[in-house]
Amino acid sequence: MGRRPGPRAAIDAGGLVVVMKVKVDSEKCQGHNRCYAMAPGMFKVDELGYATPRGDGTLTPDKMALAQKAVDNCPERAIEIVDE
Amino acid sequence: MPEVKDWTTDYDIFDPSYKKDPFPIWDEIRGQCPVAHSERWGGSFMPTRYEDLFNIARDITNFSSRNVLVTDFEAPPEGAVYEEPTQEDLAQYNVGAPPITSDPPVHTWARKLLLPPFSVTSVSKYEQETRELCAELVDGFIKNGHADGAADYAQQIPSRVIASMLGIPKEKAGEFTEWVRGFLELGLTDPVLRQESAINIFKYLNEQIQEHKANPGHDDLITYLLNAEVDGEPVPEGHVLGTCFLILVAGIDTTWSSIGSAIWHLAQHPEDRARLINEPELIDSAVEELLRAYSPVTMARYVANDTEYAGCPMSEGSKVLMNFPAANRDPSVFENPDKVILDREKNPHIAFGVGIHRCAGSNLARMEMKVSIQEWLKRIPEYHLENPDAVTWAGGQVRGPRLMPVAW
Repeated sequence: MGRRPGPRAAIDAGGLVVVMKVKVDSEKCQGHNRCYAMAPGMFKVDELGYATPRGDGTLTPDKMALAQKAVDNCPERAIEIVDE
Repeated sequence: MPEVKDWTTDYDIFDPSYKKDPFPIWDEIRGQCPVAHSERWGGSFMPTRYEDLFNIARDITNFSSRNVLVTDFEAPPEGAVYEEPTQEDLAQYNVGAPPITSDPPVHTWARKLLLPPFSVTSVSKYEQETRELCAELVDGFIKNGHADGAADYAQQIPSRVIASMLGIPKEKAGEFTEWVRGFLELGLTDPVLRQESAINIFKYLNEQIQEHKANPGHDDLITYLLNAEVDGEPVPEGHVLGTCFLILVAGIDTTWSSIGSAIWHLAQHPEDRARLINEPELIDSAVEELLRAYSPVTMARYVANDTEYAGCPMSEGSKVLMNFPAANRDPSVFENPDKVILDREKNPHIAFGVGIHRCAGSNLARMEMKVSIQEWLKRIPEYHLENPDAVTWAGGQVRGPRLMPVAW
Protein backbone atom coordinates (compact mmCIF):
# COMPACT_ATOMS: atom_id res chain seq x y z
CA MET A 1 0.00 0.00 0.00
CA GLY A 2 1.49 3.32 -1.02
CA ARG A 3 1.87 6.17 1.41
CA ARG A 4 -1.10 8.43 1.40
CA PRO A 5 -0.52 12.18 1.34
CA GLY A 6 -0.75 13.75 4.76
CA PRO A 7 -3.09 16.61 5.57
CA ARG A 8 -2.20 19.85 3.90
CA ALA A 9 -2.34 23.27 5.43
CA ALA A 10 -5.59 25.11 5.09
CA ILE A 11 -3.85 28.03 3.41
CA ASP A 12 -2.01 27.27 0.18
CA ALA A 13 1.30 28.79 -0.93
CA GLY A 14 -0.38 31.68 -2.74
CA GLY A 15 -2.14 32.76 0.43
CA LEU A 16 -5.55 31.62 -0.77
CA VAL A 17 -7.75 29.98 1.79
CA VAL A 18 -8.38 26.37 0.87
CA VAL A 19 -11.36 24.72 2.48
CA MET A 20 -10.56 21.20 3.51
CA LYS A 21 -13.35 18.72 3.96
CA VAL A 22 -13.63 15.19 5.20
CA LYS A 23 -15.76 12.90 3.07
CA VAL A 24 -17.09 9.38 3.46
CA ASP A 25 -17.72 7.28 0.37
CA SER A 26 -21.06 5.65 1.19
CA GLU A 27 -20.44 2.93 -1.40
CA LYS A 28 -17.31 1.84 0.44
CA CYS A 29 -18.37 2.36 4.08
CA GLN A 30 -19.41 -0.90 5.73
CA GLY A 31 -20.21 0.46 9.15
CA HIS A 32 -17.08 -0.50 11.07
CA ASN A 33 -17.55 2.57 13.32
CA ARG A 34 -13.80 3.12 13.50
CA CYS A 35 -14.01 6.79 12.46
CA TYR A 36 -16.83 7.39 14.92
CA ALA A 37 -14.64 6.10 17.75
CA MET A 38 -11.31 7.54 16.53
CA ALA A 39 -12.46 11.07 15.77
CA PRO A 40 -15.13 11.90 18.36
CA GLY A 41 -17.63 14.45 17.12
CA MET A 42 -16.47 14.43 13.51
CA PHE A 43 -18.80 11.74 12.18
CA LYS A 44 -22.24 10.44 12.86
CA VAL A 45 -23.34 6.88 12.24
CA ASP A 46 -26.80 5.55 11.50
CA GLU A 47 -28.30 2.45 13.12
CA LEU A 48 -26.58 0.24 10.53
CA GLY A 49 -23.24 1.81 11.38
CA TYR A 50 -22.82 3.76 8.16
CA ALA A 51 -20.90 6.98 8.72
CA THR A 52 -21.31 10.49 7.39
CA PRO A 53 -19.44 13.64 8.39
CA ARG A 54 -21.24 15.90 10.82
CA GLY A 55 -22.34 19.09 9.13
CA ASP A 56 -20.74 19.60 5.72
CA GLY A 57 -17.43 18.02 6.75
CA THR A 58 -15.42 21.25 6.74
CA LEU A 59 -12.21 20.84 8.71
CA THR A 60 -10.70 23.60 10.76
CA PRO A 61 -6.89 23.34 10.89
CA ASP A 62 -7.01 21.97 14.43
CA LYS A 63 -9.13 19.05 13.22
CA MET A 64 -6.84 17.99 10.39
CA ALA A 65 -4.82 15.50 12.41
CA LEU A 66 -7.93 13.87 13.78
CA ALA A 67 -9.43 13.57 10.31
CA GLN A 68 -6.20 12.00 9.07
CA LYS A 69 -6.45 9.48 11.89
CA ALA A 70 -9.94 8.54 10.69
CA VAL A 71 -8.55 8.12 7.16
CA ASP A 72 -5.66 5.97 8.39
CA ASN A 73 -7.84 3.66 10.45
CA CYS A 74 -10.72 3.03 8.07
CA PRO A 75 -10.46 -0.58 6.91
CA GLU A 76 -12.61 0.14 3.84
CA ARG A 77 -10.54 3.15 2.63
CA ALA A 78 -13.83 5.03 2.56
CA ILE A 79 -12.66 8.34 4.08
CA GLU A 80 -10.91 11.11 2.21
CA ILE A 81 -9.72 14.60 2.97
CA VAL A 82 -10.34 16.82 -0.04
CA ASP A 83 -9.89 20.51 -0.81
CA GLU A 84 -12.67 22.44 -2.38
CA MET B 1 -1.74 -36.33 9.75
CA PRO B 2 1.81 -36.36 8.40
CA GLU B 3 4.14 -33.59 9.49
CA VAL B 4 4.07 -30.37 7.48
CA LYS B 5 7.35 -29.95 5.59
CA ASP B 6 6.44 -27.03 3.34
CA TRP B 7 3.94 -24.51 4.66
CA THR B 8 3.44 -22.85 1.27
CA THR B 9 2.21 -26.01 -0.48
CA ASP B 10 1.01 -28.23 2.33
CA TYR B 11 -0.17 -26.08 5.26
CA ASP B 12 -2.36 -27.55 7.96
CA ILE B 13 -4.26 -25.01 10.01
CA PHE B 14 -4.97 -27.67 12.63
CA ASP B 15 -1.30 -28.55 13.14
CA PRO B 16 -0.36 -28.03 16.83
CA SER B 17 2.54 -25.73 15.89
CA TYR B 18 0.20 -23.59 13.76
CA LYS B 19 -2.31 -23.30 16.57
CA LYS B 20 0.34 -22.34 19.08
CA ASP B 21 2.45 -19.91 17.07
CA PRO B 22 1.22 -19.21 13.53
CA PHE B 23 3.05 -15.88 13.20
CA PRO B 24 6.39 -17.12 11.81
CA ILE B 25 4.47 -19.46 9.50
CA TRP B 26 2.49 -16.57 8.05
CA ASP B 27 5.69 -14.57 7.58
CA GLU B 28 7.25 -17.50 5.75
CA ILE B 29 4.23 -17.92 3.46
CA ARG B 30 3.86 -14.18 2.88
CA GLY B 31 7.52 -13.92 1.94
CA GLN B 32 7.66 -16.93 -0.36
CA CYS B 33 4.26 -17.60 -1.86
CA PRO B 34 1.68 -15.14 -0.58
CA VAL B 35 -1.30 -17.19 -1.77
CA ALA B 36 -0.49 -20.64 -0.46
CA HIS B 37 -2.32 -23.83 -1.30
CA SER B 38 -2.82 -27.10 0.53
CA GLU B 39 -4.66 -30.31 -0.28
CA ARG B 40 -5.34 -31.02 3.38
CA TRP B 41 -8.88 -30.97 4.77
CA GLY B 42 -10.53 -30.92 1.38
CA GLY B 43 -8.09 -28.43 -0.14
CA SER B 44 -7.92 -24.65 0.09
CA PHE B 45 -6.02 -21.54 -0.89
CA MET B 46 -4.67 -19.22 1.78
CA PRO B 47 -3.83 -15.59 1.06
CA THR B 48 -1.63 -13.91 3.68
CA ARG B 49 -1.04 -10.37 2.36
CA TYR B 50 -3.30 -7.56 3.51
CA GLU B 51 -3.98 -6.37 -0.02
CA ASP B 52 -5.03 -9.84 -1.16
CA LEU B 53 -7.42 -10.36 1.73
CA PHE B 54 -8.84 -6.89 1.09
CA ASN B 55 -9.43 -7.65 -2.59
CA ILE B 56 -10.82 -11.17 -2.19
CA ALA B 57 -13.20 -10.21 0.63
CA ARG B 58 -14.65 -7.47 -1.55
CA ASP B 59 -15.00 -9.64 -4.66
CA ILE B 60 -18.31 -11.25 -3.75
CA THR B 61 -18.97 -12.34 -7.34
CA ASN B 62 -16.09 -14.78 -7.49
CA PHE B 63 -15.81 -15.48 -3.77
CA SER B 64 -19.14 -16.51 -2.30
CA SER B 65 -20.05 -16.88 1.36
CA ARG B 66 -22.33 -19.84 0.82
CA ASN B 67 -19.84 -21.93 2.75
CA VAL B 68 -17.69 -20.19 5.34
CA LEU B 69 -16.15 -23.20 7.04
CA VAL B 70 -12.99 -24.54 5.56
CA THR B 71 -13.11 -28.26 6.07
CA ASP B 72 -14.83 -30.77 3.84
CA PHE B 73 -14.72 -34.34 4.94
CA GLU B 74 -16.50 -37.63 4.76
CA ALA B 75 -15.59 -39.93 7.60
CA PRO B 76 -15.89 -39.35 11.34
CA PRO B 77 -12.79 -40.05 13.41
CA GLU B 78 -12.15 -43.69 14.16
CA GLY B 79 -14.00 -45.03 17.18
CA ALA B 80 -16.43 -42.12 17.41
CA VAL B 81 -19.95 -43.00 18.52
CA TYR B 82 -22.76 -40.53 17.97
CA GLU B 83 -26.49 -40.41 17.73
CA GLU B 84 -27.61 -40.31 14.09
CA PRO B 85 -29.63 -37.21 13.22
CA THR B 86 -33.07 -37.90 11.82
CA GLN B 87 -33.95 -36.84 8.28
CA GLU B 88 -36.63 -34.65 9.81
CA ASP B 89 -34.07 -32.80 11.92
CA LEU B 90 -31.79 -32.36 8.95
CA ALA B 91 -34.61 -30.95 6.83
CA GLN B 92 -35.93 -28.65 9.54
CA TYR B 93 -32.56 -27.26 10.44
CA ASN B 94 -31.14 -26.81 6.97
CA VAL B 95 -31.54 -23.04 7.23
CA GLY B 96 -27.96 -21.81 7.05
CA ALA B 97 -26.80 -18.94 9.23
CA PRO B 98 -27.94 -15.80 7.43
CA PRO B 99 -26.47 -13.33 6.62
CA ILE B 100 -22.96 -14.73 7.17
CA THR B 101 -23.75 -17.59 4.78
CA SER B 102 -25.71 -15.43 2.33
CA ASP B 103 -24.77 -13.61 -0.84
CA PRO B 104 -26.82 -10.68 -2.16
CA PRO B 105 -29.76 -10.27 -2.61
CA VAL B 106 -30.70 -12.17 0.58
CA HIS B 107 -27.62 -10.82 2.32
CA THR B 108 -28.71 -7.23 1.77
CA TRP B 109 -32.00 -7.39 3.67
CA ALA B 110 -30.80 -9.99 6.18
CA ARG B 111 -27.92 -7.75 7.19
CA LYS B 112 -30.12 -4.68 7.43
CA LEU B 113 -32.33 -6.68 9.77
CA LEU B 114 -29.45 -7.79 11.96
CA LEU B 115 -27.33 -4.64 12.29
CA PRO B 116 -29.58 -2.29 14.35
CA PRO B 117 -29.57 -4.44 17.51
CA PHE B 118 -25.75 -4.54 17.25
CA SER B 119 -25.20 -0.81 16.77
CA VAL B 120 -22.94 1.06 19.19
CA THR B 121 -26.00 2.51 20.93
CA SER B 122 -27.87 -0.80 21.19
CA VAL B 123 -24.83 -2.61 22.47
CA SER B 124 -24.13 0.02 25.13
CA LYS B 125 -27.31 -1.11 26.90
CA TYR B 126 -25.47 -4.29 27.87
CA GLU B 127 -22.32 -2.61 29.15
CA GLN B 128 -23.30 -2.30 32.80
CA GLU B 129 -24.49 -5.88 32.93
CA THR B 130 -21.22 -7.06 31.33
CA ARG B 131 -19.24 -5.03 33.85
CA GLU B 132 -21.09 -6.64 36.75
CA LEU B 133 -20.58 -10.09 35.26
CA CYS B 134 -16.81 -9.53 34.88
CA ALA B 135 -16.54 -8.16 38.42
CA GLU B 136 -18.43 -11.13 39.80
CA LEU B 137 -16.19 -13.60 37.93
CA VAL B 138 -13.00 -12.01 39.26
CA ASP B 139 -14.42 -11.75 42.78
CA GLY B 140 -15.09 -15.47 42.61
CA PHE B 141 -11.42 -16.40 42.28
CA ILE B 142 -9.34 -13.40 43.36
CA LYS B 143 -8.72 -14.74 46.89
CA ASN B 144 -7.21 -17.94 45.47
CA GLY B 145 -4.27 -16.04 44.03
CA HIS B 146 -4.58 -17.91 40.76
CA ALA B 147 -7.17 -18.82 38.13
CA ASP B 148 -7.48 -19.89 34.55
CA GLY B 149 -7.70 -16.67 32.58
CA ALA B 150 -9.30 -18.49 29.65
CA ALA B 151 -11.61 -21.08 31.22
CA ASP B 152 -12.59 -19.21 34.39
CA TYR B 153 -12.82 -15.74 32.89
CA ALA B 154 -12.73 -15.14 29.12
CA GLN B 155 -14.88 -18.17 28.31
CA GLN B 156 -17.55 -17.20 30.82
CA ILE B 157 -18.32 -13.75 29.44
CA PRO B 158 -19.66 -13.81 25.84
CA SER B 159 -21.99 -16.78 26.31
CA ARG B 160 -23.83 -14.95 29.08
CA VAL B 161 -23.97 -11.62 27.26
CA ILE B 162 -25.32 -13.31 24.12
CA ALA B 163 -27.88 -15.28 26.14
CA SER B 164 -29.04 -12.04 27.71
CA MET B 165 -29.35 -10.34 24.32
CA LEU B 166 -31.21 -13.22 22.70
CA GLY B 167 -33.47 -13.55 25.72
CA ILE B 168 -32.60 -17.11 26.67
CA PRO B 169 -31.68 -18.44 30.12
CA LYS B 170 -28.11 -17.67 31.16
CA GLU B 171 -28.00 -20.88 33.17
CA LYS B 172 -27.49 -22.67 29.88
CA ALA B 173 -24.32 -20.68 29.11
CA GLY B 174 -22.05 -23.64 29.89
CA GLU B 175 -23.96 -25.80 27.46
CA PHE B 176 -23.86 -23.17 24.70
CA THR B 177 -20.12 -23.02 25.07
CA GLU B 178 -19.84 -26.79 24.66
CA TRP B 179 -22.13 -26.79 21.64
CA VAL B 180 -20.36 -23.90 19.98
CA ARG B 181 -16.97 -25.52 20.55
CA GLY B 182 -18.41 -28.73 19.16
CA PHE B 183 -19.53 -26.90 16.05
CA LEU B 184 -16.76 -24.41 15.40
CA GLU B 185 -13.65 -25.66 17.17
CA LEU B 186 -13.52 -29.40 17.80
CA GLY B 187 -16.15 -30.00 15.11
CA LEU B 188 -13.96 -28.61 12.36
CA THR B 189 -11.99 -31.83 12.34
CA ASP B 190 -14.89 -34.04 13.42
CA PRO B 191 -17.87 -33.83 11.06
CA VAL B 192 -20.25 -35.88 13.16
CA LEU B 193 -19.61 -33.89 16.30
CA ARG B 194 -20.12 -30.77 14.23
CA GLN B 195 -23.49 -31.95 12.98
CA GLU B 196 -24.57 -33.18 16.39
CA SER B 197 -23.61 -29.84 17.95
CA ALA B 198 -25.45 -27.90 15.26
CA ILE B 199 -28.61 -29.93 15.80
CA ASN B 200 -28.40 -29.38 19.56
CA ILE B 201 -28.16 -25.65 19.03
CA PHE B 202 -30.97 -25.57 16.46
CA LYS B 203 -33.28 -27.68 18.64
CA TYR B 204 -32.71 -25.52 21.68
CA LEU B 205 -33.14 -22.26 19.76
CA ASN B 206 -36.26 -23.58 18.08
CA GLU B 207 -37.78 -24.30 21.50
CA GLN B 208 -36.87 -20.81 22.62
CA ILE B 209 -38.41 -19.29 19.49
CA GLN B 210 -41.67 -21.19 20.09
CA GLU B 211 -41.65 -20.00 23.69
CA HIS B 212 -41.11 -16.39 22.59
CA LYS B 213 -43.98 -16.71 20.12
CA ALA B 214 -46.24 -17.93 22.91
CA ASN B 215 -45.08 -15.15 25.24
CA PRO B 216 -44.59 -12.04 23.13
CA GLY B 217 -43.63 -8.59 24.38
CA HIS B 218 -40.12 -9.23 25.64
CA ASP B 219 -37.33 -6.79 24.87
CA ASP B 220 -34.85 -9.21 23.38
CA LEU B 221 -33.40 -10.25 20.04
CA ILE B 222 -35.61 -13.26 19.42
CA THR B 223 -38.70 -11.07 19.91
CA TYR B 224 -37.19 -8.39 17.66
CA LEU B 225 -36.56 -10.90 14.86
CA LEU B 226 -40.01 -12.48 15.21
CA ASN B 227 -41.69 -9.07 14.99
CA ALA B 228 -39.55 -7.74 12.17
CA GLU B 229 -40.94 -7.22 8.70
CA VAL B 230 -39.11 -7.11 5.40
CA ASP B 231 -41.04 -5.46 2.58
CA GLY B 232 -44.21 -5.69 4.64
CA GLU B 233 -43.87 -9.43 5.21
CA PRO B 234 -42.81 -11.13 8.44
CA VAL B 235 -39.38 -12.71 8.35
CA PRO B 236 -39.71 -16.46 7.67
CA GLU B 237 -39.28 -18.47 10.85
CA GLY B 238 -36.51 -20.55 9.29
CA HIS B 239 -34.59 -17.32 8.73
CA VAL B 240 -35.12 -16.25 12.34
CA LEU B 241 -33.79 -19.62 13.46
CA GLY B 242 -30.75 -19.39 11.17
CA THR B 243 -29.96 -15.86 12.34
CA CYS B 244 -30.27 -16.87 16.02
CA PHE B 245 -27.92 -19.76 15.26
CA LEU B 246 -25.44 -17.31 13.74
CA ILE B 247 -25.67 -14.94 16.71
CA LEU B 248 -25.00 -17.73 19.17
CA VAL B 249 -22.25 -19.46 17.19
CA ALA B 250 -20.44 -16.35 15.98
CA GLY B 251 -20.77 -14.41 19.22
CA ILE B 252 -19.29 -16.84 21.67
CA ASP B 253 -15.91 -18.38 21.02
CA THR B 254 -14.71 -15.56 18.77
CA THR B 255 -15.04 -12.91 21.47
CA TRP B 256 -13.91 -15.27 24.19
CA SER B 257 -10.78 -15.95 22.13
CA SER B 258 -10.08 -12.22 21.82
CA ILE B 259 -10.57 -11.60 25.52
CA GLY B 260 -8.34 -14.58 26.30
CA SER B 261 -5.58 -13.37 23.98
CA ALA B 262 -5.74 -9.92 25.55
CA ILE B 263 -5.40 -11.37 29.06
CA TRP B 264 -2.54 -13.57 27.78
CA HIS B 265 -0.70 -10.61 26.26
CA LEU B 266 -1.13 -8.42 29.33
CA ALA B 267 0.06 -11.23 31.61
CA GLN B 268 3.44 -11.00 29.88
CA HIS B 269 3.64 -7.24 29.37
CA PRO B 270 3.70 -5.30 32.64
CA GLU B 271 4.50 -2.12 30.66
CA ASP B 272 1.22 -2.42 28.77
CA ARG B 273 -0.71 -3.14 31.95
CA ALA B 274 0.83 -0.04 33.52
CA ARG B 275 -0.12 2.07 30.51
CA LEU B 276 -3.72 0.92 30.60
CA ILE B 277 -3.92 1.64 34.32
CA ASN B 278 -2.21 5.04 34.13
CA GLU B 279 -3.72 6.14 30.81
CA PRO B 280 -7.25 4.70 30.90
CA GLU B 281 -8.21 6.76 27.82
CA LEU B 282 -6.03 4.39 25.77
CA ILE B 283 -8.50 1.55 26.14
CA ASP B 284 -10.26 1.99 22.80
CA SER B 285 -7.11 2.04 20.70
CA ALA B 286 -5.66 -0.75 22.88
CA VAL B 287 -8.65 -2.93 22.05
CA GLU B 288 -8.12 -2.28 18.33
CA GLU B 289 -4.42 -3.08 18.61
CA LEU B 290 -5.06 -6.32 20.50
CA LEU B 291 -7.66 -7.21 17.86
CA ARG B 292 -5.05 -6.57 15.18
CA ALA B 293 -2.22 -8.49 16.80
CA TYR B 294 -4.33 -11.45 17.93
CA SER B 295 -7.17 -11.53 15.43
CA PRO B 296 -9.13 -14.65 16.21
CA VAL B 297 -11.12 -15.33 13.07
CA THR B 298 -10.14 -16.92 9.77
CA MET B 299 -13.25 -17.17 7.61
CA ALA B 300 -13.57 -19.09 4.37
CA ARG B 301 -15.00 -18.32 0.97
CA TYR B 302 -16.27 -20.60 -1.76
CA VAL B 303 -14.96 -19.98 -5.27
CA ALA B 304 -18.17 -19.41 -7.25
CA ASN B 305 -16.65 -19.28 -10.74
CA ASP B 306 -13.42 -20.46 -12.29
CA THR B 307 -11.18 -17.50 -11.67
CA GLU B 308 -7.61 -16.40 -11.25
CA TYR B 309 -6.19 -14.37 -8.42
CA ALA B 310 -2.61 -13.09 -8.31
CA GLY B 311 -1.65 -15.63 -10.96
CA CYS B 312 -3.29 -18.44 -9.02
CA PRO B 313 -5.92 -20.31 -11.01
CA MET B 314 -8.82 -21.20 -8.72
CA SER B 315 -11.52 -23.53 -9.93
CA GLU B 316 -15.18 -23.31 -9.00
CA GLY B 317 -15.87 -25.07 -5.74
CA SER B 318 -12.41 -24.42 -4.25
CA LYS B 319 -12.14 -22.93 -0.80
CA VAL B 320 -10.22 -19.82 0.16
CA LEU B 321 -9.14 -19.40 3.75
CA MET B 322 -9.62 -15.76 4.62
CA ASN B 323 -6.57 -15.31 6.78
CA PHE B 324 -7.46 -11.90 8.21
CA PRO B 325 -5.13 -12.54 11.17
CA ALA B 326 -2.13 -12.87 8.81
CA ALA B 327 -3.17 -9.74 6.90
CA ASN B 328 -3.08 -7.86 10.18
CA ARG B 329 0.60 -8.77 10.63
CA ASP B 330 1.59 -7.68 7.11
CA PRO B 331 4.65 -5.40 7.41
CA SER B 332 3.72 -3.54 4.22
CA VAL B 333 0.72 -2.07 6.02
CA PHE B 334 1.63 -2.18 9.72
CA GLU B 335 4.91 -0.80 10.92
CA ASN B 336 6.60 -3.21 13.30
CA PRO B 337 3.64 -5.62 13.01
CA ASP B 338 4.75 -8.09 15.66
CA LYS B 339 4.90 -5.44 18.33
CA VAL B 340 1.79 -4.53 20.27
CA ILE B 341 1.64 -0.72 20.36
CA LEU B 342 -1.41 0.23 22.38
CA ASP B 343 -1.69 3.68 20.83
CA ARG B 344 -0.78 2.67 17.27
CA GLU B 345 -1.67 5.59 15.02
CA LYS B 346 -2.34 3.74 11.76
CA ASN B 347 -4.35 0.63 12.37
CA PRO B 348 -6.76 -0.22 9.55
CA HIS B 349 -6.94 -3.83 10.79
CA ILE B 350 -9.42 -6.22 9.26
CA ALA B 351 -9.97 -8.50 12.25
CA PHE B 352 -13.72 -8.13 11.64
CA GLY B 353 -13.29 -8.69 7.93
CA VAL B 354 -13.76 -6.13 5.21
CA GLY B 355 -16.51 -5.56 2.65
CA ILE B 356 -20.18 -6.49 2.94
CA HIS B 357 -19.56 -9.30 5.44
CA ARG B 358 -17.94 -7.05 8.04
CA CYS B 359 -18.68 -8.76 11.36
CA ALA B 360 -22.16 -7.70 12.46
CA GLY B 361 -21.23 -8.18 16.12
CA SER B 362 -18.07 -6.07 16.05
CA ASN B 363 -19.44 -3.36 18.35
CA LEU B 364 -20.53 -5.99 20.85
CA ALA B 365 -17.15 -7.73 20.72
CA ARG B 366 -15.33 -4.43 21.31
CA MET B 367 -17.54 -3.57 24.25
CA GLU B 368 -16.96 -6.98 25.83
CA MET B 369 -13.19 -6.74 25.29
CA LYS B 370 -13.00 -3.25 26.74
CA VAL B 371 -15.06 -4.06 29.80
CA SER B 372 -13.38 -7.40 30.49
CA ILE B 373 -9.88 -5.88 30.31
CA GLN B 374 -10.85 -2.91 32.49
CA GLU B 375 -12.57 -4.97 35.16
CA TRP B 376 -9.71 -7.48 35.29
CA LEU B 377 -7.00 -4.82 35.61
CA LYS B 378 -9.01 -2.89 38.18
CA ARG B 379 -8.87 -5.91 40.47
CA ILE B 380 -5.75 -7.74 39.30
CA PRO B 381 -3.28 -5.12 38.13
CA GLU B 382 -0.29 -7.43 38.65
CA TYR B 383 -0.34 -11.01 37.39
CA HIS B 384 1.66 -13.44 35.28
CA LEU B 385 1.36 -16.71 33.41
CA GLU B 386 1.81 -19.46 35.96
CA ASN B 387 3.52 -21.64 33.38
CA PRO B 388 3.76 -20.36 29.79
CA ASP B 389 4.05 -23.93 28.49
CA ALA B 390 0.76 -24.90 30.08
CA VAL B 391 -1.20 -22.51 27.86
CA THR B 392 -3.19 -24.38 25.20
CA TRP B 393 -4.49 -22.77 22.02
CA ALA B 394 -7.45 -23.46 19.82
CA GLY B 395 -6.64 -22.84 16.21
CA GLY B 396 -8.03 -23.50 12.79
CA GLN B 397 -10.69 -20.93 12.09
CA VAL B 398 -10.91 -19.37 15.55
CA ARG B 399 -7.69 -18.82 17.48
CA GLY B 400 -7.40 -18.13 21.18
CA PRO B 401 -6.18 -19.61 24.46
CA ARG B 402 -8.31 -22.39 25.94
CA LEU B 403 -6.31 -23.12 29.12
CA MET B 404 -4.23 -20.32 30.60
CA PRO B 405 -3.24 -20.61 34.26
CA VAL B 406 -2.35 -17.20 35.68
CA ALA B 407 -1.30 -16.17 39.18
CA TRP B 408 -0.94 -12.97 41.19
